[in-house]
Amino acid sequence: MQSLSFLRGGKIVRLEKFEPDQMLLGYLRLTEKSKGTKEGCNEGDCGACTVVLGDLHEGRVRYQAVNACILLLGQIHGKELITVDDLARDGKLHAVQQAMVDTHGSQCGFCTPGFVMSLFSLAHENRKVDRAAVVDQIAGNLCRCTGYRPIIEAGLRACGSVDDYWSQHSAEIAAQLKAIAAEDLFVGDDTSFFAAPATAENLATLCAKYPTATIVSGATDVALWINKQMRAQRQIIYTGRAKDFSIIEDHSEHISIGAGATHAVLHDTLTKLHPDLGELLRRFGSRQVRASGTIGGNIANGSPIGDMPPALIALGATLHLRHGDTARSMKLEDFFIAYGKQNRVAGELVWRIDVPKPRPNQIFKCTKISKRFDDDISAVMGAFLFTLAGDKITAARIAYGGMAATPKRALKTEAALIGKTLAEAESIVLVDYTPLSDMRASAEYRNTVANALLQKALI
Amino acid sequence: MRTVGKSIAHDSAELHVAGTATYIDDILEPDGTVHVVPGFAKDGAVGKITALDLSLVLGSRGVLAVLTADDIPGINDCSPIAGDDPIFAKGEIQFHGQVIFAVVAETREAAMRARLMAKIEIQKSTPVVNVQDSQTNLLPPYAFTKGDYKKASINNISGEFSIGGQEHFYLEGQVAFAIPQEKNGMLVHSSTQHPQEIQHKIAAMLAIPDAMVVCECRRMGGGFGGKESQATQWAALAALAAHKLNRPAKCRLDRDDDFMMTGKRHDFQVVYEAGFDKTARLTAVDVNFRARLGYSADLSGAICDRTMFHVDNAYYYPAFNIATQRMKTNTVSNTAFRGFGGPQGIVFAEAMMQSIAIQTGMDALDVRKRNFYGPRRDVTPYGQKLRDNILDEIVAQLEKSSSYRKRRKEVDAYNKSSRFFKKGLALTPVKFGISFTATHLNQAGALVHVYSDGSVHLNHGGTEMGQGLYVKIAQVVAEVFGIALDRVAITATNTSKVPNTSATAASSGTDMNGMAARNAALVIKDRMAELIAKVWKVNKSTITFAGDKIKSGRHVIKFSELAKLAKESRVSLSCAGHYATPEIYWDRASGSGMPFFYFAYGASCSEVLVDTMTGEMKVTRVDILHDVGHSLNPIIDIGQIEGAFVQGMGWLTTEELVYDDDGKLRTHAPSTYKIPCASDVPEDFRVAIFKSKGNVADTIYRSKAVGEPPLMLPISVWCAVMDAVASVKPGTVPKLDTPATPEAILRAVNSL
Repeated sequence: MQSLSFLRGGKIVRLEKFEPDQMLLGYLRLTEKSKGTKEGCNEGDCGACTVVLGDLHEGRVRYQAVNACILLLGQIHGKELITVDDLARDGKLHAVQQAMVDTHGSQCGFCTPGFVMSLFSLAHENRKVDRAAVVDQIAGNLCRCTGYRPIIEAGLRACGSVDDYWSQHSAEIAAQLKAIAAEDLFVGDDTSFFAAPATAENLATLCAKYPTATIVSGATDVALWINKQMRAQRQIIYTGRAKDFSIIEDHSEHISIGAGATHAVLHDTLTKLHPDLGELLRRFGSRQVRASGTIGGNIANGSPIGDMPPALIALGATLHLRHGDTARSMKLEDFFIAYGKQNRVAGELVWRIDVPKPRPNQIFKCTKISKRFDDDISAVMGAFLFTLAGDKITAARIAYGGMAATPKRALKTEAALIGKTLAEAESIVLVDYTPLSDMRASAEYRNTVANALLQKALI
Repeated sequence: MRTVGKSIAHDSAELHVAGTATYIDDILEPDGTVHVVPGFAKDGAVGKITALDLSLVLGSRGVLAVLTADDIPGINDCSPIAGDDPIFAKGEIQFHGQVIFAVVAETREAAMRARLMAKIEIQKSTPVVNVQDSQTNLLPPYAFTKGDYKKASINNISGEFSIGGQEHFYLEGQVAFAIPQEKNGMLVHSSTQHPQEIQHKIAAMLAIPDAMVVCECRRMGGGFGGKESQATQWAALAALAAHKLNRPAKCRLDRDDDFMMTGKRHDFQVVYEAGFDKTARLTAVDVNFRARLGYSADLSGAICDRTMFHVDNAYYYPAFNIATQRMKTNTVSNTAFRGFGGPQGIVFAEAMMQSIAIQTGMDALDVRKRNFYGPRRDVTPYGQKLRDNILDEIVAQLEKSSSYRKRRKEVDAYNKSSRFFKKGLALTPVKFGISFTATHLNQAGALVHVYSDGSVHLNHGGTEMGQGLYVKIAQVVAEVFGIALDRVAITATNTSKVPNTSATAASSGTDMNGMAARNAALVIKDRMAELIAKVWKVNKSTITFAGDKIKSGRHVIKFSELAKLAKESRVSLSCAGHYATPEIYWDRASGSGMPFFYFAYGASCSEVLVDTMTGEMKVTRVDILHDVGHSLNPIIDIGQIEGAFVQGMGWLTTEELVYDDDGKLRTHAPSTYKIPCASDVPEDFRVAIFKSKGNVADTIYRSKAVGEPPLMLPISVWCAVMDAVASVKPGTVPKLDTPATPEAILRAVNSL
């Protein structure tokens, strides 16, 4: 019989039975009765529930902060689970905890365990950190009391080089993680199961076999169906254990990204492709969300905003889908049919995405506008690729998020730009969208700012 | 060895970081604990309940009971004053999300699932959602008027703008855990700023005496006013379920429910006209505020009054009409929030100052200084004479330390050469009145025991929500006895130890509970001194308590030894202390009196960078100088100042509450409602405590309250945004609302 297995406090925990849609936070607080990890929002936006997962990455144990409230228990298979309850050892606080005390980084204390764990994972990156790195690390942790200054200071004090139980026992931990079976995981029966295939091929086969199953990559959105809409998920296929599902390949003209690549892993690759993409990704959710969420999940989910799809559409990305052993491809923009409707059949996987590299005669820009700079969903997201001959535009690809029911190209505006010089193009007005008003922005603002982004791209 | 005045860490800091500080949801549940989840109508904000079928809810897996108004043995009300907040709506609902029933189930998840099965029909009327659309005064209008405020002036300024509301977003949502006791008694653990009110309202609901209910709160994961009156309903639901089922019952709100079902800071519409002379000195101010109360009164009367008490901020108005309209809307009932109406009054005053500066082309700081209170200009619109005015001093110091004049020139030069990016700079003062304006609330109690080993048990009526109240009061008691702080055991606020307390609110926690605890400790100290004076045969007045020792001349005894001796000598080492703030009085009918014991002052200077193409804005530097009198604990006070600044900055910039036309709150969670995160805080953030000669009023060790006043410091950020936007077209006042979201800023740019 298969069991969910993970490393916890130096021991392997095995669970032969669990609800497929059991959240990690509920497991911690209600089953383990570990009360250190807090529930603040139950939707991954406040970070109070931050825990750290260790996994084997390039032969070493990598520690990443994640939100336990939007992570399925099954997702921690084969990983080490560390919570705030584990950090103090032999009656002595961990360095990040002591730094938080010394800088007076807690007031009400409710968000504090989450901050401690975010900083713990930063400390385990074992690199010199500056203020920007600390701020980025904790962008997904909300504190309503302190104003953050002392917490940032604690991060600067405690992160840099780490010497703790985990650094001292890294070889043992790596060996323990390695020993957890690497084969496919399937816990449950046909009607109710949590499955985590170990290869992409097995993943495709299983998804085709169970077309009613929910395919989960990061669970950052599926978790909200479960937590907020109380929609039980009985059959879950998790993509995250298939290592060959997240391979990133650098080709001469394009990069090819496996759908399972997390935003965290993608950061360096996309920054190299274009610094705007790197910054876009840095502002995408939080460290916790980027460690869980994947590029394939972001596309498959079909959000009208999505942040990544408009940028990838502008770059001319091609999407590859896989259903059992049948493969098909399309331009990324053709995947989004209407609100909540994508060109994907049940059991079909978003498989891989090919992103052309901008050529020397091309200008690429992308920007998001949101109420809060970090960890906010865009009101408008604009992405632009202009191909130039001399100072004349010979081709244009423009895509926006937040301006229509799907991420959408501005075909008419693109056509109007062709043949114009950049200076002439500045007078062009967007004509492709009739956006809605909602809590993020009014239609009027969306129109105005979308035009401003176009103008900025042309300057 | 002094304990008072030292920077000492929060008493729970080590527990916070280790995850071992116990919040209510962390208390291990006794076997048999049930979970309560409130139910509401998915559609509809206002109208008659025409059908209510809860049979499928009751039949759901794990459900034990469904509760409605009919299950309440006593009074169906959880309001703080007016009796207009039903625990369960009966017959009609008045806002979207109003509680109609509650599910009691074996698990919280089962209850959450089951509540979706309710069949509720509402005969829907069109809700009045925005304050602009409301025609109904829920509470009577009120105004302060003096002189000929309509008299013509050489110059006039007028304006109209809106001030947004604010969700508290305490990280720990509303929660209560009730455990039934013998003879229908009830023990309630509640995350509340007001345990006594929880006790009282639950007793009324269950039709039992107050004495049969105990409410306890060790700590809250943030309160900010949101748990002053509005923690009651959830404690009532837990207590009712515990009473009905005779099992421990917990009610913890989901974050979305918390947003939907609990009140917020009041949003206002402001319309004003003012006259000023050629030196920019005001001659008259005529301002009208329309406040959104929501569906019921809650604490809104006192909140709107406090807006009026702060309409002057730092400025003297020779003639005025300061009017408030308290409007009913079909939205959740707005409530206390750090500043309690004061911030809205001050935003108006600073908007007016900034507008005068823009219109006249004068420097905004000069306009402000020109209007400061001063000699013969020292009586507020409510008749209180300022006796502790330090505005000139504090502002002059900050002006210098922030290099205001030099940076003013740099900002102006930058704006001349930059087409799309504009900088803004503003220095604004704060004057905030300290005391509850309802005089009877200005009292507190404490209970101090000294045990025979010399350790001290401290209890008082104030609640800990992160502000460091507990450690400050412990410092006071340690100071009185001259003992080490770790000899004082801090204990949870509990209505059976200290009765009849006020809410921990109005920044008064330390002032009042500190005095009450000091009074109690002084009585015990006096008894101990009297005893040892007899033993030593010395005059009592020669005896000193310091360094864990009691001394007189050559005589020395350890504190613990004297405690033991006192017990053996049958001297009581326990005392209940009480404190009532002196001097204050307030006559609302005549609009005059001395509602505040004293004022807290502060000033801040903020610089911002605005992208006039998109409306995006970044705060690039902040300087703060804030007055806390003689600080009891400087590092705790710095924490309050910085935290309040960032919270206030959020209110004025990114935090926007959006209701749709059906009265549903669309910004219902942190995904859509954006409080500041770490990157919103400027790297260049210079915070200092004003070197005070001590509070003029006789407060605890001459300190000043610090909870609310610094919340208004970030009004300088908003004014700096206005400054930046105005540079696009000098001389024209932009129409800028709060919060200054990118959209609001771009709208202001386009208004020019």
